[in-house]
Amino acid sequence: MIIARRSSWSGGALLVFLMAVTLLPFMSLFTTALHESGTYPRGLDWPSHPHWHNFIEAFHVANMGVIFKSSVLIVIGVVPVSILIATMAGFGLGHLRVRGGRVVFLLFLLGLTLPFEGVIVPLYYEIRGFGLLNTRWAIILPLIGLFMPFGVYWMRAHFLNLPQELSEAARVDGATTWQLFWRIHIPLARPAVTSLGILLTVWTWNQFLLAIVLVDDPTKRTMAGALGAFQGQWGTNIPLLSAGSLLILTPTLVVFLVFQRHFVAALLQGSLKG
Amino acid sequence: MLPALTAYALFVLWPIVKTIKYAFYSWDGILPAKWVGLANFKTVFTDHQLLGTLGHSLELIIFFSIIPVTLGLAVATVMNRVASRRISSTARAVLFLPQVVPLVAAGIAWSWVLSSSGVVNEVLKAIGLGGVTRPWLGDFGTALPAVGLIGAWVLLGLCTVLLLAGMSKIDRALYEAAQLDGAGPVREFLSITLPGLRNEIAVCVTVTVIAALSAFDIVYISTRGGPGYATTVPGLEIYQLAFFNRQVGLASALAVVLMVIVILAILPIQLLTRKDGDS
Repeated sequence: MIIARRSSWSGGALLVFLMAVTLLPFMSLFTTALHESGTYPRGLDWPSHPHWHNFIEAFHVANMGVIFKSSVLIVIGVVPVSILIATMAGFGLGHLRVRGGRVVFLLFLLGLTLPFEGVIVPLYYEIRGFGLLNTRWAIILPLIGLFMPFGVYWMRAHFLNLPQELSEAARVDGATTWQLFWRIHIPLARPAVTSLGILLTVWTWNQFLLAIVLVDDPTKRTMAGALGAFQGQWGTNIPLLSAGSLLILTPTLVVFLVFQRHFVAALLQGSLKG
Repeated sequence: MLPALTAYALFVLWPIVKTIKYAFYSWDGILPAKWVGLANFKTVFTDHQLLGTLGHSLELIIFFSIIPVTLGLAVATVMNRVASRRISSTARAVLFLPQVVPLVAAGIAWSWVLSSSGVVNEVLKAIGLGGVTRPWLGDFGTALPAVGLIGAWVLLGLCTVLLLAGMSKIDRALYEAAQLDGAGPVREFLSITLPGLRNEIAVCVTVTVIAALSAFDIVYISTRGGPGYATTVPGLEIYQLAFFNRQVGLASALAVVLMVIVILAILPIQLLTRKDGDS
């Protein structure tokens, strides 16, 4: 019994320690953000006069309202379309089992391991060729393509698990493939679609490489890309930079806290289906 | 299926083909490209700096992959067996946080924590280790491990949660049987928990190895590859070569090598676990 209690205690201590380490950077950001703009505060010092208006100042100098809107626009451009076409493809591959599907699926699997850096150079010239550099389309269109391997893979796994009898029954009632898809399978796929939507939203929001390469103007970037520019511009003003970083990571934190259950479950299924 | 395939072909497959094509040319992005055969690849494998970036990314695997997976195993075991439920679920949510915030923000926060007047050095001073304080990300000896630790911080939560989910699927009866046979906790862990988690461990290793090899955001924000070239990774080097040095061909050759390395690293893991896993 004594051994059990001791190991329970040290286990708890390990967890608490790791939680502290996990939260440390956030706390450091927070205390630093409250110091006087332009100073170099030490460690986790709590300022004698918290400068709350740093947040307001960061909001203004980073053009946060505009950036926020830009990120939302990009998410709206990427996520619904990605979900729709990934679902259609997943339906074709997983449920209808169209001919040649195996080859297509292997092609998508290949893309799952792809580092974005592998295609960023030609993407730049391709987007330039389309005349879309420095527009939000430069982020939206490639991201839809880059999300396809995961999205298709995800939706295919969902449709594979649905019984074929369902469709057969509908067919007997005279449903076309199109009706089958919209009336029966889309409503049934809601949980899978929701999870995919959450994941894609966060990944879009945090996308950095595409944003800094394809769009020069920070006000047309994603949140993460804009933060990169903000760091370049205000990198020496640590309190302001910290305040800006906190503002930028707040939306994802909120999404996470609201959808926490859903989120973790989504990621779990996503990785385990591999 | 067609729309998805079109988008994929247009923005993924076609660029991959183009990357491979560029890799055989010398091109500054403006003037006509010149065919140079395998010269770019030769440079990748002989140039010290470029080989160095590949070496760095292999070193990062230790931090991005091995630490989160082993520590994740330990943490998941603790959560599963020992700790109270309330602490476990809080810890799960907290450890998972870094997975959600933009890596850019994580990079900014950590570069401040690890800076010369950051929290790490303050703590070291407080416990009488003032002698080892340094700007961790600016020191040739510690910059790469420091970047690696940021990666470990990001990925630990993901591994823990994955492994925890795997553990909850292992049949309790196995443990009871083992206890009847007189197996201790270590023995139980080795002969029941580890084999039972084979698939989850494979997923963790796959995801984290890819993250290590394609690291970009964290390095870009926290060190820009410095000091010197101490933390330059292939992703960053591709970016620099292609968009600042105007060596598109060389950048593409490095990109091709990187993609091949990722596939070579992932394939054995998948084959090993698939073979006796599913069949």
